[in-house]
Amino acid sequence: MSVYKDSAWFKRAAWAVSAGVLALGLSGMAKATELKVYTAIEADDLKRYAAEFNKVYPDIEIKWVRDSTGIVTAKLLAEKDNPQADVVWGLAATSLMLLKNEGMTQAYMPAGGDKLDKKFIDTANPPHWTGMDAWVACICYNTVEAKKKNLPVPTSWKDLTKPVYKGSVVMPNPNSSGTGFLDVASWLQLFGEEDGWKFMDALHQNIAWYTHSGSKPCRQAGAGEVPIGVSFAYRGAKVKSKGAPVEIIVPKEGIGWDMEATAIMKGTKNLDAAKKLVDFSVSKAANEMYNTVYAVVAYPGVAKPVDNYPPNIGDAMIDNNFEWVAANRMRILKEWQTRYDSKSEAK
Amino acid sequence: MAADGDGKVYLRIRNLTKMFGDFAALRDVSLDVYDGEFVCFLGPSGCGKTTLLRAIAGLDIQTSGTVEQDGRDISALPPSERDFGIVFQSYALFPNMTVGKNVSYGLENRKLPRDQIRARVKELLELVGLHDQGDKYPAQLSGGQQQRVALARAMATSPGLLLLDEPLSALDAKVRVHLRGEIKDLQRRVGVTTIMVTHDQEEALTMADRIVVMDQGSIEQVGTPQEIYGEPRTSFVADFIGTMNFVPGEVIADHTVQIGGTTLTCPTDGITPGHAVTVAIRPEDINAQDIDGDDGNLVETEIRHLEFLGSFYRAELGGPAFGGHDINADFSINLVRRKNLDVGSAITVRFPAEFIRLYPRD
Amino acid sequence: MTQAAVQAAAAPRIKPKVSRDDWIMRACMGVIALFLVVAVLLPLYTMLSKSLENRHGDFIGLTNYAEYFSTPALFLSAVNSLQISVIATVIVLVTAFLYAYALTRTCMPLKWLFKLIAAIPLLTPSLLSGISLVYWFGNQGVAKHLLLGESIYGPIGIVIGSAYWVFPHVLMIVITALSITDARLYEAALALRAGRWRTFFTVTLPGCKYGLISAGFVAFTLIFTDFGVPKVIGGNYNVLATDIYKQVIGQQNFQMGAVVSVVLLIPAVLAFAVDRIVQRKQVALLSARAVPYQPQPRTSRDWAAFAFCTVVAAVILLMIGMAQYAALIKFWPYNLTLTLGNYEFDLANGGGWDSYHNSIRMSLYTAVVGTVIIFFGAYLMEKGRGFRAGRNGFHAIAMLPLAVPGMVLGLSYIFFFNNPANPFNFLYGTMAILVIATVAHFYTVSHLTAVTALKQMDAEFESVSASLNTPFYRTFLRVTVPVCVPAILDISMYLFLNAMTTVSAVVFIYSTDTTLASVAVLNMDDQGEIPFAAAMAMMIAYTCAGARILHAILTRGIMRTTQAWRTR
Repeated sequence: MSVYKDSAWFKRAAWAVSAGVLALGLSGMAKATELKVYTAIEADDLKRYAAEFNKVYPDIEIKWVRDSTGIVTAKLLAEKDNPQADVVWGLAATSLMLLKNEGMTQAYMPAGGDKLDKKFIDTANPPHWTGMDAWVACICYNTVEAKKKNLPVPTSWKDLTKPVYKGSVVMPNPNSSGTGFLDVASWLQLFGEEDGWKFMDALHQNIAWYTHSGSKPCRQAGAGEVPIGVSFAYRGAKVKSKGAPVEIIVPKEGIGWDMEATAIMKGTKNLDAAKKLVDFSVSKAANEMYNTVYAVVAYPGVAKPVDNYPPNIGDAMIDNNFEWVAANRMRILKEWQTRYDSKSEAK
Repeated sequence: MAADGDGKVYLRIRNLTKMFGDFAALRDVSLDVYDGEFVCFLGPSGCGKTTLLRAIAGLDIQTSGTVEQDGRDISALPPSERDFGIVFQSYALFPNMTVGKNVSYGLENRKLPRDQIRARVKELLELVGLHDQGDKYPAQLSGGQQQRVALARAMATSPGLLLLDEPLSALDAKVRVHLRGEIKDLQRRVGVTTIMVTHDQEEALTMADRIVVMDQGSIEQVGTPQEIYGEPRTSFVADFIGTMNFVPGEVIADHTVQIGGTTLTCPTDGITPGHAVTVAIRPEDINAQDIDGDDGNLVETEIRHLEFLGSFYRAELGGPAFGGHDINADFSINLVRRKNLDVGSAITVRFPAEFIRLYPRD
Repeated sequence: MTQAAVQAAAAPRIKPKVSRDDWIMRACMGVIALFLVVAVLLPLYTMLSKSLENRHGDFIGLTNYAEYFSTPALFLSAVNSLQISVIATVIVLVTAFLYAYALTRTCMPLKWLFKLIAAIPLLTPSLLSGISLVYWFGNQGVAKHLLLGESIYGPIGIVIGSAYWVFPHVLMIVITALSITDARLYEAALALRAGRWRTFFTVTLPGCKYGLISAGFVAFTLIFTDFGVPKVIGGNYNVLATDIYKQVIGQQNFQMGAVVSVVLLIPAVLAFAVDRIVQRKQVALLSARAVPYQPQPRTSRDWAAFAFCTVVAAVILLMIGMAQYAALIKFWPYNLTLTLGNYEFDLANGGGWDSYHNSIRMSLYTAVVGTVIIFFGAYLMEKGRGFRAGRNGFHAIAMLPLAVPGMVLGLSYIFFFNNPANPFNFLYGTMAILVIATVAHFYTVSHLTAVTALKQMDAEFESVSASLNTPFYRTFLRVTVPVCVPAILDISMYLFLNAMTTVSAVVFIYSTDTTLASVAVLNMDDQGEIPFAAAMAMMIAYTCAGARILHAILTRGIMRTTQAWRTR
């Protein structure tokens, strides 16, 4: 009947479009095993990483899901009941610990995993995650703007609390940025709980504003919006190589760090392929690949100096107690919020 | 033409009631419409005439009661399963289609061969006198022409019943008068049973075979135009159709009614003496010429007002005779001139007994 | 009950037979209603219940709310949101009123140009204004000294940025309100020798009172729920919309995110309810047969208006101009050489050229699918026979999305669609869910546009069609659609522009295969890649401008070819 045909047409029109898109999205090229890999690796590195991987495993195709650390973590947690990812490659270890505690990761000891620096591997046996490279905090210092304001070069975290820097420092809000959190966590470990908060109280007096993302303080320092940004070394190096007048400063007390790490999601339908990816991720070749942008990598003896990184940055890394950090995360964030977020409006 | 009682009943309406919430738009309406008849539903706005038409069409189905068309019970059927053509006050012509396409719209759905459709459209457009306008769009036509296109479209599928909902009210007075005749003519030629809703009594009187006068959701009177005008059954009909004088009075004896200090002879239709009544008479029925002393129902009056209305004068008559009430009477120009009437003139008029109507008062 | 009612109750009730047409119409309306239920009601319900759960999904009553209101930082955000929304609303309302007044009630020159410029903010995501403001008034800003030492990061920036992007939305409503005022009232005022100011306060203002109130609420709701501007320029000044983002993205605290969403929903729903009541009053005002007002030239007033509009237009052009400049320079502020390098999106975090192409696809699908669903739904609701309760219910659901902030909708989509038990789960992570979210988010305004167009059509087309035994869909396709083509084009244009620029509704539900340009702008800015963000935002602007031009050409073309039968 023509009646039926017509009403069906509308429905079909509506759904054909979405179904078509769905098909487009899912099919891709069906020749190889397809791994859905969630990551927070910088976009310009993704293609390189996939290409290196495919040199070893040409028949596994990586479908990247890239976003900032917070978003990827939120996404993974939101999808807890129905995981979409096969593997997470390149996400903060603290995030992976969170997932591990939620029972979302698959324990697996990659071939060659024993060669990694012990700091860079989950203590469980078999481990739930394996590290790739360290992601270290630093201070981005804009020489031009600092000169205009007559600011001395800070050499330590404590320097940043000096009145001369009032309104000249930007740092990420730990409640929205992983970098911000690793800073706070490192200060609490370096100075101890009580003195750590005291330090932050003082620092808060000098903060111009808190940003949502960890890269932004360094970008803003690079663009001269502020003279000093608390950020991480990778971003600092990139900003500097773009021509910004910034210096990357490693405070002498030591710097907080997190690592980028890899884990298999429990329940993946492509476990074999996922294992191959993790095997690759801990290999020497992979670590050499990480080293092109990260100065500190998991595989001992691989690291060569990276452009624009301060030398020997690895030595400044504190002895980070990730278990303690993960266990106290919520408490620390809440405390931070009560102390600084509520009165952040008043300057 | 068909009057009460003869001919075949085409549309049988029984006990129709239509409720909108607590408001009764139709109250227990029953009516027969005969085959080939032209019936007008007449009444003030809100009387339920359009509601009744829409119930017949199935556009707003009644709450209770039945409608039978040509022997078939259509009470609950949706419009698409009934057999009628309809013309609305707005014409509802499809603006994006030419006149020809509008007329052929209903035919195309019947899967008729194309040349047959073309022939039928041509025939219809000729019937309504628009044979050379087929390629124009409705917006390019005058109101009257649009009205005729709507009519042609409604008749295209040769429906058994033609429904016209105030089809002329959007038109100029002149066009309206002209179209009245044309529609009536067309209906007579085609012989289709037709129901027209109107609030214009002149339209109803000139076009209808029978008029259904409605008020407050009920039928007040059904009859030929002459009956409705000449023998209005209720004071509402009397008041609504034409002009009517109403004066309070009392039946004092069989065939005798008293108004103020005046006694008039008239049919009392079984109203018992002592009953309060409303005495009604049309201005044009009051006679002021050739008054003979022997005639009954003579009343001495004085002209209080004289209004020139073109073809006649309307006089407001007063005096002690009507107990303080004024009565309008129509006098011919001739009479006014001959008798040299003016405000203040005294004049004796006659109330012909056969034109006096009495309506009981509560 | 009246006597007739008693009688009717006694007589057997006629049960109207439902025709095939009616069944089809109801079924289609049911399908579209189901779409709205799945796309709006159920997700919102899921979110509401989420706000009453703890992290493990156990029901804990209002505990989360108690925690929320006892956390000063979060509660402060609500106060902040209210504050900046009220201030920005007042500013934008006054500016838009004067601008609209100049456009409708004066004889100043270049009106067409001012109209065109005023529409520019519609072409870009709201956060572009934030980027522009940083370049103008940031610490390296060109015009930094104008702020007299105040920081642009914070309430000042949010207010200016919000006022900028909300301006055209408000302007449209105020122009409409001013255009419907009856010229005869002015003639009366003149005859009564009322002075200009008296006339203004006794005729002009009361005449567009409802329009102004309505515009005020629209502005308030848009600003209150906007996320882009405070995200970019808010500094430490927390508002509710950014709080949701922080809760969900920063802390993965979905329950608290749901709580903030509900809090965000309350004032928006209230504002919406008040607006609906006001709107209803305005309808009564509109029904009067008004004579359009023709302004007479008056030099002083016209030049004052021209000066005012020039200033406003200049501000708009400076904002968009700075964004374009930001997109073209190499390294702000140290290397100001021009480059097209910032358009090499594939080198930036946050989404490459793919996201731009995705955005175009998503917007096209939204425009097509959305227009079909929304217009057909409005038609069924407006022109259906009987089934009054169902049709009223449909209208109520169709009005709801207007009161739901995009972020709230987007977040509720995660909760609802990413549940493996949900039969619609397969939609999660696809382009389809973005299209659904966007259609749902912008449903109401399109629906109202469609209803208005349909109401202007003769109410009896369907009756005539039924009497001619023609199925409704035939008349729909052959009469309704052709007659309503201008409105249909308007709706698809509206959907396209909004789909291109929206961030809030999609920021939680896009996937890697479906990254969007507007989200890319957000993410690029978030990562500090501001030149890329500006460039991507400008790509959106070019595309939207192109779409508008195409729309104008199409509309004009259709009007020309159909002017034989279109009279008005």
